[in-house]
Amino acid sequence: MTDATGSTAATANTAATSAQRRALPPVDHTPLRRRRMRAAWVQFACILISLFMALPIVLVGLSALSSRAALAEFPKSLLPSELSTETLQAFLQATGTFPAFGNSLLVGLYTVFWSLVVGAPAGYALARYAFRGKEPYQVFILLVRALPIVVLSVPLATMFLQFGVYDTVFAVTLVHTVLALPTTVLITASIFVSVPHDVEEAAQIFGCTRWQAARKVVLPLALPGLAASSIFTFVLSWNEILGATVVTLGHRTLPAQVLTSLAEASQAYRFAGGFALILPALLFIFVMRRYLVNMWGTTLR
Amino acid sequence: MRSVLRSPWLLLTPSIVLLLVLFGWPLVDGVLEAFTDEHGFTLTHWQRLFDDPYFLDALRNTLLLIVIVVPVQLVLAVAMSLLVQARPRFVSGHFYLWCIPLAISELAAGLVWLSIFDNRGYLNSLLVSLGLSEHGVQWLSYDNTATMLLTVVLAEIWRATSLVFVIVVAGVQMVPREYDEAAQVFGASFWQRLRHVTLPMLKPSLQVALILRTILALQAFAVAQALTGRDFPLLVGETYEWYVGLQNPAVASAVALVVLAISVGTAVLYLRTVRSPSEAES
Repeated sequence: MTDATGSTAATANTAATSAQRRALPPVDHTPLRRRRMRAAWVQFACILISLFMALPIVLVGLSALSSRAALAEFPKSLLPSELSTETLQAFLQATGTFPAFGNSLLVGLYTVFWSLVVGAPAGYALARYAFRGKEPYQVFILLVRALPIVVLSVPLATMFLQFGVYDTVFAVTLVHTVLALPTTVLITASIFVSVPHDVEEAAQIFGCTRWQAARKVVLPLALPGLAASSIFTFVLSWNEILGATVVTLGHRTLPAQVLTSLAEASQAYRFAGGFALILPALLFIFVMRRYLVNMWGTTLR
Repeated sequence: MRSVLRSPWLLLTPSIVLLLVLFGWPLVDGVLEAFTDEHGFTLTHWQRLFDDPYFLDALRNTLLLIVIVVPVQLVLAVAMSLLVQARPRFVSGHFYLWCIPLAISELAAGLVWLSIFDNRGYLNSLLVSLGLSEHGVQWLSYDNTATMLLTVVLAEIWRATSLVFVIVVAGVQMVPREYDEAAQVFGASFWQRLRHVTLPMLKPSLQVALILRTILALQAFAVAQALTGRDFPLLVGETYEWYVGLQNPAVASAVALVVLAISVGTAVLYLRTVRSPSEAES
């Protein structure tokens, strides 16, 4: 259709200015249209995935904001018939909720720090050096990751009791660092592999020592990946339940606190607990998102 | 030359020491616990384990969960990162939403989907008000293994796909755009570019994601715990039940060793089949 009108316009044009035979050819809109169609499909797919990710959170939020009476209704309307904070308040005022939140935060930050300090050099070594014992080391690392935390945490609990660190933030940090370390090593290794070796060699040719080249050239290039790796570590620690439950008694992390209260909990406590566990996640990812997207934008250009 | 040969161990030593102290000793202790009682070597714990009706169910459920969840997540995560790469409008908003489940604990994810699949939950409310069902479906009823599997699979996909997504996106960032553009200039179609440019470049990231997800999926238990209690047993859930519920660390260690065996098996399999990134380097 547009092609037809385009060509008639073009012929009219050439008739009008017959003096010049170099008239512009008709504009072909097909690639532009294909491009727009493609953008529409991409947007559609994005919206579908976003709905899948966001809708459950909205629903549990609505449950947590319903009054007890509204929770008991069936069939439920999408918006609760009675909005109230009574469900959430009951959860927040339950014993141990606030200190557990603080413990979770501390353990997470300590774990990120220690696993990066110990793990990133190992990842770098795996990526850059060919050495005897590399294969056994990788198998060793995978073995640690493969070990279910239960088999670790039971003997660890007795060990911590002997050293007098049982039921402390330090004990949970130790368990989580052991858990996170293999992940950190594997991810950082894959990140450092993706940083071309040439730039590092170039830096060394221009007079950097090996250490300087790693710090000034490789590290900045690897930063986006390292940021992603830190997210995993923190989340791993934040989400870890079994180890934290076993090596603590009073100083629980938040998920451990909720899990141990789950057995005698009401449906309202569960929804409020689920929502309260998610709220800091929203904030945390919001902060990290700016950082990640910034990184992403700069590296793409 | 000598210092070059020695320096990788300098970088590796801290991690080895930490892991040996906090991992090697507890592991030995756990194995001893599973195979001994006060009289020495014994297999009674294993006997008890295999006589337990929950164990084989847990084994089957765990394997089913991995076989379904991990491939779906890998495909979904690559698709998601390609969508982000296409830079649609509102991309940062989408990116944010897709990353949220990253920071959501397994337990919270179970509780979230409980609000949907509960007997009085949102899904049943929707079905009843649309007139599709009279009283709703008992999604989490103990005799409905298929629907329980479905809910746990959905919750796991929802929770953990972002983890794979961020690994893949971090990998995509490292791939220079020029390669893709060059392929485009030479007339490669979208699928050709995906197959011959993007995926091979993403291989290190995909390998990490694959190993990580399989092993983490093996250890899933709080999702099922929050959704179904013990009605849909998973292996690690069984260790938890034996240790916390039944106060029997020996049998708990035995179940844990089964999980360990499967994990090591899959890890070795992956390392054999997918060429490791370091070999590509040298």
